[in-house]
Amino acid sequence: MGEFKVHRVRFFNYIPSGIRCVAYNNQSNRLAVSRTDGTVEIYNLSANYFQEKFFPGHESRATEALCWAKGQRLFSAGLNGEIIEYDLQALNIKYAVDAFGGPIWSMAVSPHGSQLLVGCEDGSVKLFQITPDKIQFERNFDRQKSRILSLSWHPSGTHVAAGSIDYISVFDVKSGSAVHKMLVDRQYMGVSKRKCIIWGVAFLSDGTVISVDSAGKVQFWDSATGTLVKNHLIANADVQSIAVSDQEDSFVVGTAEGTVFHFQLVSVTSNSSEKQWVRTKPFQHHTHDVRAVAHSPTALISGGTDTHLVIRPLMEKVEVKNYDAALRKITFPHRRLISCSKKRQLLLFQFTHHLELWRLGSTVATGKNGDTLPLSRDADHLLHLKTKGPENIICSCISPCGSWIAYSTTSRFFLYRLNYEHDNISLQRVSKMPAFLRSALQILFSEDSAKLFVASNQGSLHVIRLLEGSFKHLHTFQPQSGTVESMCLLAVSPDGNWLASSGTSAGVHVYNIKHLKLHCTVPSYNFPVTALAIAPNTNNLVIAHSDQQVFEYSIPDKQYTEWSRTIQKQGFHYLWLQRDTPITHISFHPKRPMHILLHDAYMFCIIDKSLPLPNDKTLLYNPLPPTNESDVIRRRTAHAFKISKIYKPLLFMDLLDERTLVAVERPLDDIIAQLPPPIKKKKFGT
Amino acid sequence: MAALEEGFTLSAVPLGAGPHGLLGVEQSDKADQFLVTDGGRTVILYKVSDQKPLGSWSVKQGQIITCPAVCNFQTGEYIVVHDNKVLRIWSNEDVNLDKVFKATLSAEIYRIHSIQGAEPLVLFKEGAVRGLEALLAEPQQKIETVISDEEVIKWTKIFMVFKHTVLIFITEKHGNYFAYIQKFNSHTLSKYTLLLGQEEKSVIQSFSASVDRNFISLMSLSSDGCVYETLVPIHPRDPEKDQRVVRSLLLKTVVSGDARNGVALTVLDQDHVAVLGPLLPSSKECVSIWNTKFQTLQASKELPQGTSGQLWYYGENLFVLHGKFLTVIPYKCEVSSLAGALGKLKHSQDPGTQTVPHFVNWETSRGHRFGSQNSEQSKRILRRRKPEVSVQNPASKQLLSAIKKDSEKHIEEELCKFLAIKPTPDFNTIIGDIVSELLGRHKAEPSFYPRNSLMQLIQTHVLSHSLCPGLMEAALEKADVQMLQLCLQQFPDIPESVTCACLKIFLSDSVQEEKMEEQTEVLHNGFNAEEENCGNCDRELNKKPQDAAEETTSCPVIPKRAALLNAILHSAYSEMFLLPHLKDIPAQHVTLFLQYLYFLYLKCSENATMTLPGLHPPTLNQIMDWICLLLDANFTVVVMIPEAKRLLLSLYKFVKSQVCICSELNKIEVSFRELQKLNQEKNNRELYSIEVLELF
Repeated sequence: MGEFKVHRVRFFNYIPSGIRCVAYNNQSNRLAVSRTDGTVEIYNLSANYFQEKFFPGHESRATEALCWAKGQRLFSAGLNGEIIEYDLQALNIKYAVDAFGGPIWSMAVSPHGSQLLVGCEDGSVKLFQITPDKIQFERNFDRQKSRILSLSWHPSGTHVAAGSIDYISVFDVKSGSAVHKMLVDRQYMGVSKRKCIIWGVAFLSDGTVISVDSAGKVQFWDSATGTLVKNHLIANADVQSIAVSDQEDSFVVGTAEGTVFHFQLVSVTSNSSEKQWVRTKPFQHHTHDVRAVAHSPTALISGGTDTHLVIRPLMEKVEVKNYDAALRKITFPHRRLISCSKKRQLLLFQFTHHLELWRLGSTVATGKNGDTLPLSRDADHLLHLKTKGPENIICSCISPCGSWIAYSTTSRFFLYRLNYEHDNISLQRVSKMPAFLRSALQILFSEDSAKLFVASNQGSLHVIRLLEGSFKHLHTFQPQSGTVESMCLLAVSPDGNWLASSGTSAGVHVYNIKHLKLHCTVPSYNFPVTALAIAPNTNNLVIAHSDQQVFEYSIPDKQYTEWSRTIQKQGFHYLWLQRDTPITHISFHPKRPMHILLHDAYMFCIIDKSLPLPNDKTLLYNPLPPTNESDVIRRRTAHAFKISKIYKPLLFMDLLDERTLVAVERPLDDIIAQLPPPIKKKKFGT
Repeated sequence: MAALEEGFTLSAVPLGAGPHGLLGVEQSDKADQFLVTDGGRTVILYKVSDQKPLGSWSVKQGQIITCPAVCNFQTGEYIVVHDNKVLRIWSNEDVNLDKVFKATLSAEIYRIHSIQGAEPLVLFKEGAVRGLEALLAEPQQKIETVISDEEVIKWTKIFMVFKHTVLIFITEKHGNYFAYIQKFNSHTLSKYTLLLGQEEKSVIQSFSASVDRNFISLMSLSSDGCVYETLVPIHPRDPEKDQRVVRSLLLKTVVSGDARNGVALTVLDQDHVAVLGPLLPSSKECVSIWNTKFQTLQASKELPQGTSGQLWYYGENLFVLHGKFLTVIPYKCEVSSLAGALGKLKHSQDPGTQTVPHFVNWETSRGHRFGSQNSEQSKRILRRRKPEVSVQNPASKQLLSAIKKDSEKHIEEELCKFLAIKPTPDFNTIIGDIVSELLGRHKAEPSFYPRNSLMQLIQTHVLSHSLCPGLMEAALEKADVQMLQLCLQQFPDIPESVTCACLKIFLSDSVQEEKMEEQTEVLHNGFNAEEENCGNCDRELNKKPQDAAEETTSCPVIPKRAALLNAILHSAYSEMFLLPHLKDIPAQHVTLFLQYLYFLYLKCSENATMTLPGLHPPTLNQIMDWICLLLDANFTVVVMIPEAKRLLLSLYKFVKSQVCICSELNKIEVSFRELQKLNQEKNNRELYSIEVLELF
């Protein structure tokens, strides 16, 4: 298959942000996740847990609560005191409303989905009416002494439980007055702590209120009498989150020790009608605080400071023990944070608030498989570019020639010109960006670096011609009438004639750049697109989907290629379909048109279309080099998928030239080393 | 804990019960359906869960039913006796009792007994017993008198003991009680006199009985309010002679002593009895559950409207006449296991043999009757429960019948056929039945020892010691070490006494004497890592170990014995129960076992991971635990034996050196951690490299 020199890069110092909230939507089977940097991500659990949308964060907007309302509407609230609604189509913030109660700590949507309740720093609980296009303040509930950290509606919508510091209040929604005040014991293992913070409450339909608090307790209260019914001491540290299943027969809590406990309503004896809550299963998938949990009908979902999103299927709810029953741990974003200039061997790394430009090293030595070659020049950190303003970077790109860098935040678009003089580089910002170029979801340069393609969040695609130090707007492809879906992925053909773009659900559109018109639309597929690329010479569009299917579509012929039809007919190898991270990048070999290079977080693969396809009986991944095998056997067992799992977790991989690859790895240990230390637990002794 | 649940009334219409209450409540051939015979003329078939009658039959005016109706389980027909001598047999479809089959007998009937799996038996008032079919063939046949004049039958019950019916009846004559045991397979009748002991004057008011292996445990409730137990042997040593049995006090004053009537007793299970009657002299009558083992009252339920002093118990329900209504009180007794409480249950098993699921499914333990909210889930439960309808599949029946008479070879073939069938949910109980059947026959004819079949059954992984308590006993008797090894590997609940008995056999010389041809097979299951070491251990075993060097290099036992001992090391136990049994092991065997354990310990310590090679090696903890246990139990003895003393000394030295190493390691632990950190940093520094990759 070939020998490559691989630039193995581990200096991309990327740390994902910790997870603050998760909210599960049963109707669409989607999960909203907010992180400590204010980013909100939407995962489609039906589409192989693909992260299909994201809303960039903002320095001042720390999200403390996240919830779904009727009609797939997503709200968040945070410490800046604002309630935000997100536009899931245009992928931007619809509006922000100040609640005027200081920082907001908690939020809950009424069971009917028409009212929104927020708990504020000043002890007020505010009720908002959700109107079709906005939210409307309705009234305040009785003000409490201290901040409201948690809220839960009774399923009938008549009462609300609110967790504060040292006590839980039960409100009557009609009158807005507190019906009961349930004091929580401050004592913690015999020692009186200063305060007991109620991190979470859940109101069940039988009137039981479940509370979790900073003293490590899970308590059951009778809301009718305001009395404590049952107490479980489950941790030596805070219990920080709780989520109840829709059937109210099980719930899940997360602790600061990284443990997630599953509680279930279980019959006291077999076939008796009397049931009680029993702590059934502990899970230790986290090392740090579990700040947020969610309960889908079939799985427990948890996330926290250690930045992993863990989806743990409940085995008894899983009908068939297939690959869906496996534990999922999502750590890295399902989009590209790295771009590469092949000509100058540069890598551009995207962080939340800055960009880094690195030049790869070089070597003159050669070696055989597995050798590490001596460096004649080490990699250089050329540039550290900080953003202006509090907004996070959405996307960035470096041109193939290495002389342009573009990036975008929610409100501004930046374009820089780089000049290289020997070892010095100078940076020059291209000023006076046009008004329409305010925010981009995806940026792409053409192969000759003469054109810039920008996907804006209103669904339009801008084509800009780049000149030395200036630019010219050529054309804007408007979205098809009636659709406002934003395009998240772009691909341009090496000859510069074709541009492909894809949104989250509709098909892939292919535009003719020469004639500036829509050429064709690839039929839409059930699963979202995770990566796109157009092959040189043939202009075949290769599309990877979140269900691990890969299609090849001939743009000139406007139809799927013969190879694509063959592999669809035969089906992919079962191990290929069982991979749990999406393909995030596709590239091609300039000299070998039959090869497609693609990678996900745990492998990279070269598909050789000239070789026979593997069936389920053949070995898909064979890490060992063939030894003592005659050429005949080797030829017989060879198949189209050449897989390497040497580099992982793999965030980026591309072909620099015919014989050189670049691989960017981000070892998990390096991330863990930079997280705050977890709560120390004794391992030995008592 | 046993518990009585909320009862419910079976019939809203008051039964025409006479002063003596009901004649009886009997099971019908369908679960949940019961035949209730009132004291007058009516028989009613009830479905208990629906609380409604399914059918009702009456005899003509002027006739009177004299014996409770029963169901013939073989044909599904019902049988009743009216006017003492007239038998009526009918089925569900019949409407009028006058028009159904009728047979008039020559003698008066006391009771008809019917039990699952056997033909109904008719007990005459004079003590004679006849099978129903024989009787119907010749209704007017002469019926002999068995009991003497003035002797009156007081109570009777039927049992199935090893597929044979055994009938017991109690008679009374002038305040003396006699028990008759009629075994139907051998047509033997044995008579016992019940000696009442000091409580000579008391009158027995109620009887109940259960079978406990070779005895019928007869419980009687006397007029002094105490429950007595009498063990009546089923197989008498000398059937001809009149024998006596004594009764012993089981529970004291369970009902108030002056209660004259309305007192009854029934055995619920091995440890529980239900008693009907007032607890205190002035209190109302009530049903109470007593635990006979711990002499405790488990539950009681007051019956304020009075009872007739009759109590029936079937399956999970107690039947009581409460006032004028027949009341059903569901009774539950949770099985609690000491093994579970003491943590004796095995946890680790190799993945290959694991049959239990990896996770506990809390959903399935939820109420079967109550269903669950989730429709999808209940559907699944239904699907899962469906196969249980065919409780006894024909293959197992055929196999069970084969076991009774066929040769070992044939049984093996039948077993293979049976095991080839896809297992049903009640697979383990069927397997249990098969094993007990095999053992039953082995007991009856000691030459019959179906070793291969038993081995095959053990390897189904569903057996446990509690399911077939006789199996290991039999294997111990036969000194069948291979079978014992298999049992030790498979059963999670072997009592410590049995484990110890196995250990004794394994250490005894009999293991050595056995032929070597079996050895290879054992080796597959066990520990074969020291094969090269143990090649010529045989000879060395009898020699005294010459020096420490030799001890450390060679295994003191042959590989076969090592495999057997490893099975012991793997078995679960509780120290408290094991220690007394360990004391009984002879001193030289203790020494040998210690030598072997010491050898294992040395082997273990040879590598860094402190593990032994092989498929299922004993862990270091297991080895250490057994060394400690053995020394705890036999220290005084071992110290006195010179060669053992030398062994102890070297063991002591070695342990001490190990402890030394550990404490030194503890001291430099921090330095190790720093080293590790340095090592990591070195790796981290390689943030960039150019490597060569060749794809094949």
